[in-house]
Amino acid sequence: MTARIGVVTFPGSLDDRDAARAVRLAGAEAVSLWHDDPDLHGVDAVVLPGGFSYGDYLRCGAIARFAPVMETIAAGARAGLPVLGICNGFQILCEAHLLPGALTRNQHLHFRNRDQWLRIESAGTGWTNTFQPGQEILIPVKNGEGCYVADERTLDELEATGRVVARYVHGNPNGSLRDIAGITNEAGNVVGLMPHPEHAVEALTGPSLDGLGFFTSILKHLAGAPA
Amino acid sequence: MIEQSEVMGQPEPTLADHPSAPVDPAGLDTVAQATATPGDLQPYTELGLRDDEYDRIRQILGRRPTQSELAMYSIMWSEHCSYKSSKVHLRQFSEKAPPSDRMLAGIGENAGVIQVSDKLAVTFKVESHNHPSFVEPHQGAATGVGGIVRDILAMGARPIAVMDPLRFGAADHPDTARVLPGVVAGVGTYGNSLGLPNIGGEVVFDPCYQGNPLVNALSLGVLPVDRLQNKAAAGPGNVVVLLGAKTGRDGIGGVSVLASATFDDASEQRRPSVQVGDPFMEKLLIEACLELYDAQLVVGIQDLGGAGLTCALTETAAAAGTGMRVWLERVPLREASMEPHEILASESQERMLLIVAPDRLEAVLKTAEKWGVPASAIGEVTGAEAGVEPGRLLITWHGHTVVDVPPGSLVDDGPVYARPMREPADLILLQADRAETLARPSTPEALRETLLRMIASPNLCDKTWVTEQYDRYVLGNTVLAQPEDSGVIRIDEETGLGVAISVDGNGRYARLDPYHGAKLALAEAYRNVAVTGAKPVAVTDCLNFGSPEDPAVMWQFAEAVRGLADGCAELGIPVTGGNVSFYNQTGAAAIHPTPVVGVLGVLDDVNQRVPMGFARTTGADHDLIFLLGETRLELSGSEWAWVTHEHLGGVPPKVDLAAERTLADLIAEAARVGHLRSAHDLSDGGLAQALVESSLRYNVGARIALPEGFTAGSMPFVFLFSESAGRAMVAVPRGHEKAFTALCVERGVPWTLIGVTDAAGGELEVRDQFTIGLDELRTAFTGTLPRLFGGAATTVPSPQATGAEATETGTDATGPAATGLAGPDAAETQLAGAEPTADVADPEPAATTADPEPEATAAVADPEPAETTTDPVVAPVVPEQPAAPAGERTTPAGGPPNS
Repeated sequence: MTARIGVVTFPGSLDDRDAARAVRLAGAEAVSLWHDDPDLHGVDAVVLPGGFSYGDYLRCGAIARFAPVMETIAAGARAGLPVLGICNGFQILCEAHLLPGALTRNQHLHFRNRDQWLRIESAGTGWTNTFQPGQEILIPVKNGEGCYVADERTLDELEATGRVVARYVHGNPNGSLRDIAGITNEAGNVVGLMPHPEHAVEALTGPSLDGLGFFTSILKHLAGAPA
Repeated sequence: MIEQSEVMGQPEPTLADHPSAPVDPAGLDTVAQATATPGDLQPYTELGLRDDEYDRIRQILGRRPTQSELAMYSIMWSEHCSYKSSKVHLRQFSEKAPPSDRMLAGIGENAGVIQVSDKLAVTFKVESHNHPSFVEPHQGAATGVGGIVRDILAMGARPIAVMDPLRFGAADHPDTARVLPGVVAGVGTYGNSLGLPNIGGEVVFDPCYQGNPLVNALSLGVLPVDRLQNKAAAGPGNVVVLLGAKTGRDGIGGVSVLASATFDDASEQRRPSVQVGDPFMEKLLIEACLELYDAQLVVGIQDLGGAGLTCALTETAAAAGTGMRVWLERVPLREASMEPHEILASESQERMLLIVAPDRLEAVLKTAEKWGVPASAIGEVTGAEAGVEPGRLLITWHGHTVVDVPPGSLVDDGPVYARPMREPADLILLQADRAETLARPSTPEALRETLLRMIASPNLCDKTWVTEQYDRYVLGNTVLAQPEDSGVIRIDEETGLGVAISVDGNGRYARLDPYHGAKLALAEAYRNVAVTGAKPVAVTDCLNFGSPEDPAVMWQFAEAVRGLADGCAELGIPVTGGNVSFYNQTGAAAIHPTPVVGVLGVLDDVNQRVPMGFARTTGADHDLIFLLGETRLELSGSEWAWVTHEHLGGVPPKVDLAAERTLADLIAEAARVGHLRSAHDLSDGGLAQALVESSLRYNVGARIALPEGFTAGSMPFVFLFSESAGRAMVAVPRGHEKAFTALCVERGVPWTLIGVTDAAGGELEVRDQFTIGLDELRTAFTGTLPRLFGGAATTVPSPQATGAEATETGTDATGPAATGLAGPDAAETQLAGAEPTADVADPEPAATTADPEPEATAAVADPEPAETTTDPVVAPVVPEQPAAPAGERTTPAGGPPNS
């Protein structure tokens, strides 16, 4: 039976269609979840897509964190539900304290959209298990507040426990500390990623097909997971 | 959910007369008041109305207008809304329009709609937001994007992309450092927050825009043919619903005060006239409206932009010939103290006016609530009163009638002026001062130095500093985006159906000759669409000019419109809509006349689109570079004349739209059968600029040999920097050159083989002239904007060459490889002076190219007799190599179709 992966739409979500497309291209069924509906409709994993939830006029993700659907997702995440937060989704996961640290204004103060090289640092998560550790991939980055920050102790701990999932290489687009592009929680089921893998899933529209790996990874993970 | 309370808090949508609230009629200018005090003096001049216009209003009403009515007339009869100075000229767009069975909606609608398949249509339009963007760059530009997107939405379409043609003063002027970053951030913030990819545009610098930048915005949308909406407020008894943001005091007088008057020192005080945007609300508005359309809940819809509620109420009623009854106190306000005339004039953003059947009202309010968008029933459609045609617009404020007018009198009966026109006194002298007489580089060293200086100049340099601030990926259908010649968007994931769109203009050309300048703008946009392999089908335009009260400006406008209308007729594509922006001047100094033209094209399969960059081929494999079209000595109005001599004079390049059409057809056919690996339009900066851009795109160099006739004296310079129109540079995979040149001959398109791509070399060589490493080119090309506006340049080549391409393979079977070898063979025999082999150097093209065009030669007084390409084919020395096996060859994404 094909895996069912939920994609949440908050008011102001923008890349939800793209995330659903990526899920389908990876071979899973995309299930649309609504911010105001706490029911996850029995999905096997959840993607929090990019965008500007509720306009992000407060801190990015600060309001989305309180959406009814997030209560269920947060509870599920703590119980092992695989969750991938992309861009605004990453910001929401930090605001929800499912991931440490915060995403702040890009160092250069501009929104920046470019094709970005990343190095996969951890292939141990449910969202990166089809990559090789150290593998360099090319996917778009596009954000105004993607500068990852955390206190030294947290950063050291992330490094020490292998929870830095991906790092910017050949240039840091937003000033993130230690070039961090993505991290995971202790259990490895919750991953936050600033760049956009869902925009690198078709040769026609993306700079590469590298983004597909995150979505095929979760399928592999779910296939192997005990039912 | 946010704003929910507003939705719930609306007065219940029963339309029984609202009980008169405790409003002190004293101070409120009602119709009764106006009738009672006919002699009251009114500030119509301050509102931009002329004496005779005011008298006509009194005539229409049979009394003096109320304060609210006066505000409404001053807005609707303003230049911006009434097109009173341009109407008489714009008629040509309809009169001369070629027949089109694709056009579902045209001029007069919110945006033109073009059918592109049995099921799908696209709508697109470009508009100006110039004056607000000078007064308040960020919000001015942001709301410019918001406004054009609502026009697209109002047609029933989902907006799917934006583009932004921008023009600023001198790049190094202090005020440009204030305006440009604000405008770019505004365009970016709003478009990015809406989730619309920004796929192209222009960034142009010229001192003439110093006090008056041009911020034009284009939006593109797609809709199922049967979802097309209209603005007519049909059906007496239907409910008038205001959907979207609450109404505030922002933007009051925007169109009458800002957009319809010349700038002066008071401009600063006009900041309150600029609207403030809320892209989040607009995003919700888009999703809410699309749900309403799909559920077929609306009878009519109109966006609120310039002129706000006044424009929406009168236009919807006038379009249906109905009347309307509006309870103004039901409009949700940001400031309770707002008065009726302010509510009617407010240009608060993110609002739409819906006409809804009473039994659908509840469903409409529910959808609005789901998306958290305020919605209020503010009135109802009324029929024509007995005997009185058409209906009247009756607006009350807490029970007091403040407006009672025939809607058509504001929309259709506005003043129309045939303003006096006179050719600018200085034009003859200006045209006599030709750039072809300027000193030209004639040594390899000077040529090399000129190229590096040109590609670093503000208008020709890399624009990544700007475009990096725009999201070009969102929605996942962007096939091509800047710096490509056109933006290409996939609109049907099943069939691969897509559209290409480009927007172009050249104020210098139009200054020298508005008629041909407009045609050149059209030709460039048309060519930019064609080089992607798309078929151009429709046009939108934004006509930016100075004050229509200046006969010289009015003449420029009339000539430009005539040129554009004639050009569209010649190309067989109609103008579907657009916008006129007058009063673009500071004091007495008008901007260059700047017609900005957008052309829309259709690609049956976006997999066949042709990118602009030279492809990264493997090993010793090279693509053959052909120059299509004729290169003449045409330097007047050129970027070179401006950058190196600060010279503007002479006549712009010759424009031959029949030739443009032939070129477009050839490229479309060549792309369809897979002859093209890349194609790039030649315009500003000429061939040199195209070579640099195509080389740097994927970091693939090229080796160029100058054709006969362009080798001596300053002719190498002319070949590289002339801005002759109707030209494109294409790269053809080995094995395809014979079929390709045969196709050129068949279509009568002049062609010249000018060189080969060189992936390994990492340099651009023009034989016997200079060789420049790609790194040196990149440093010069990318350094300028970051140096001027801060931040680091992107100095890495687009990774695309190493990305998607690697997953695709060239079309060349090993079969044609044998013919492929004929390429260099022919080339070398050529260089050896022997007879060209029939393979490449078919004599016919020589005949085609050798045919000198009378106007061309007439236009050129230069002694050097090399204006037209008389050389059938020239190729550089290419180390003969066996063609690489097909399997090893990679091509740019979607290069040859059957990859």
